[in-house]
Amino acid sequence: MKRRQFNKLLTGIAAGIGLGTALLSGQVAAEEPLKVGFVYVGPIGDHGWSYQHDQGRLAVEKHFGDKVKTTYVENVPEGADAERVIRNLAQSGHELIFTTSFGFMNPTVKVAKQYPKVKFEHATGYKLSKNLATYIGKTYEGRYVAGYVASQMTKSNKIGYIASFPIPEVVRDINAVQMALNKYNPDAELKIIWVNSWFDPGKEADAANAMMDQGVDVILQHTDSPAAMQAAERRGKFAVGQASDMSSFGPKAHLLSVIDDWAPHYIAETQKVMDGSWESSAMVEGMAEGAIVIPSFNEAIPADVSAKAQELIAGIKDGTVHPFAGPINNQAGELKVAEGEVLSWEELEKMNWYVEGVNGELPK
Amino acid sequence: MDIDLLSNILYAMVRTGTPLLLVALGELVCEKSGVLNLGQEGMLLMGAVVGFVAALLSGSLIIGFLLAILAGVSMSLLFGLIALGFSANQVATGLALTIFGTGLSAFIGSEFVGKPIDGLDPFALPLLSEIPLIGKMLFAQDLVVYLSFALFFAVYWFFRSSRAGLVVKAVGENPHAANAIGLPVMRTRYFAVMFGGAMAGLAGGYLSIAYTPLWAENMSAGRGWIALALVVFASWKVERVLLGAWLFGLASILHLVFQGLGFSISSNLLATLPYAATILVLVLLSRNQVRARLLAPISLGKPFHANS
Repeated sequence: MKRRQFNKLLTGIAAGIGLGTALLSGQVAAEEPLKVGFVYVGPIGDHGWSYQHDQGRLAVEKHFGDKVKTTYVENVPEGADAERVIRNLAQSGHELIFTTSFGFMNPTVKVAKQYPKVKFEHATGYKLSKNLATYIGKTYEGRYVAGYVASQMTKSNKIGYIASFPIPEVVRDINAVQMALNKYNPDAELKIIWVNSWFDPGKEADAANAMMDQGVDVILQHTDSPAAMQAAERRGKFAVGQASDMSSFGPKAHLLSVIDDWAPHYIAETQKVMDGSWESSAMVEGMAEGAIVIPSFNEAIPADVSAKAQELIAGIKDGTVHPFAGPINNQAGELKVAEGEVLSWEELEKMNWYVEGVNGELPK
Repeated sequence: MDIDLLSNILYAMVRTGTPLLLVALGELVCEKSGVLNLGQEGMLLMGAVVGFVAALLSGSLIIGFLLAILAGVSMSLLFGLIALGFSANQVATGLALTIFGTGLSAFIGSEFVGKPIDGLDPFALPLLSEIPLIGKMLFAQDLVVYLSFALFFAVYWFFRSSRAGLVVKAVGENPHAANAIGLPVMRTRYFAVMFGGAMAGLAGGYLSIAYTPLWAENMSAGRGWIALALVVFASWKVERVLLGAWLFGLASILHLVFQGLGFSISSNLLATLPYAATILVLVLLSRNQVRARLLAPISLGKPFHANS
C-alpha cells in the first residue's frame, strides 16, 4: 500500500518534470544560443597563431551577441588528448567546432564520424567528410609582398628566414619569398634556419642573432613569438612580423606584419550553421577574402617601394598577380611551371620542393 | 671575419647558458641538502611573469628582478612547506609545483601578453671587452650574466671552503647523523630550497626582462628541465655545472649557426645533444656502482623526521 502510493507519487513527479521540460524546451529552443567550440594548439597568450584564432572567436561573440555561446580550449597537445577535448565539445552540445592546428586532423576526423550532426572545421588540413570542412589562409600571398619589401630594404643582400617545421605550408611560404627575390632582387640570398618549434622565444631570438652575426639585415619568420622582432630592433635591423601585428615589439625594425584575420571566416561559417546552409568544403581564403591582411607599412620604407607593394596587394586581390606565376624552376633547374601558367592550389597544397634560388636542402 | 663569427658564437653561448647556469646552481645547492625539487620550470615561469609585470608597471628593471626573485622564493617556500613541513613525496610535490607554476603564471600574465618593455641592455666593460675572441663572451654581456659569474664563484667557495657548505653537505648525506650532532637539518634544507627558488626566480626574470624582453605563456620552453638534467650531467660538482651550462648553451645555438652558414646537418639531431649528453654521462657514471653512489647526495629525495 505504502509502496504503491510512493510509486504514484514518483510517476506524478516524473510526469510533472517531463511536461515542464517539454514546455520549456518547446519555448526556449528557438532562442537557445548556438554553441561554437574552438580548439587551440597554443596558449591564447602566444600573441601569434592561437591568439589570432581567439581574436576571431571574440569577433563572433561581438557580431552575434547572445545568439551564440563560444567555448575555447587552449594548449591542447596534438594527439590523444586532442581527441578527448574535441569529443567533449561535441558531447556538450556544440554544433560547430573549429580545430585550429594541422595536428588535430586525425582526431577531428575520428570525432566527426561519431557525431554526424555536429559540424566540424579543421584549419590547414586536407581531410574532408560530410560534416567536416577545412579552411586555410593563403599566407603565401602576404609573404610574397613581404619578400618584395625585404628585397628592396636589404643592404647586405642577405635575408634571413626563421622556419618552424618542413611542412607544405612553411615550404610554400619560403618559396613565395624566393619568388619575389628572383623577380625583384636576384642578388639577394635567403638564409633559412629551422628552429623545430612554433613557439620558443629564446630560440627564435638565438636564431635571429645567429643570422645577424652572419650579415643578415632583414629577418622574416614563420614562427609565432615576437622575439626575432625584438632582436632586430636591438641591433638596428629590419624584420617582418607573422600571424599578428608585432609593431609594438620593434617600432623601428618592424617593416610590416602578415596577419591571419580569421574573423570574417568564423562569422560567415557561424551564420551558415544558423541558417542551415552549411556544407562541407575545402576553403582557401587569401587577401581577396580579407583573410590575409597587411595592416601597416613602416615609414622607413621609401614611398615608391610601399606604392609598389600596395600595387602587388591590389593585383593579388583581383587576380592579376600570382606569386607562383611561371616560369618556375626547381632547385635542380628543371622547369616545373611553364610561362603563362600558375601553380594550382592542389599543387601548392602539397608543395615539398624548393624553387630555384633557395640554398640548402629541404629537411626531411 | 671568422674570428668575429667565433667570438659571436661564444658570446651567444654564454648568454644562452646563463638561465641554465642560474637554475642549475640553485638546484645543486638544494639537492646537496638532500632535497630534490622538480618544480624548477614552475618557479622559472613565475619568476618570468612576476618580473616582467613588475618591470612593466614600475618602469624599473631592478624592481622587476627583485620581485622575480621574491616570486621564486615564495614558490619554493610552498614546496618546502609541503615537502619538508608535511614530509610529502618530493618528486610528486615538485611536479605539482611545475604544473601549478605554469598555470598560475599564464593566469597572471594573460593581461600582459603583447606588451613590450625596454629590456636590460648589455654593458660592455671598456678595454676588457676588446680582447680578441673571449672579450665579447666574458665582458660585453649584461649585468645578470656578470652576476651569474659571481654567483658561480660564490657557490664554488661555499662548498669548498665554508663551514655552512659542509653543514649543507652533511645534511644531504646523512640527516640523522647531522641531527645527532646538533645540526639544524630542517632549517638548512629550508634555506637550500629557498636559495634554489631565488635562483630560478632570477633566471625567470632574466628570460623575460633581458633575454627576450616580453611575456609569453610557457616562454621558458623546458629550460627548467634542462637545468635539472644539467645537475646530473655535472655529477653534483659546481665547476662542471658551469661547464655544462655553457656546453648546453652551445649545443642549443650551434645548429642555428650551422644552418645559417649552409651546413646541411640535421637540426633535430643537434637539438637533442644536451639530452643525449646527459644520458651518456649517466651511463658513464653508473658504470661503477660505488663511485656512482658517492656522487649523488645519499639522502637525496628522502624525507627526514627528527625522531625516527
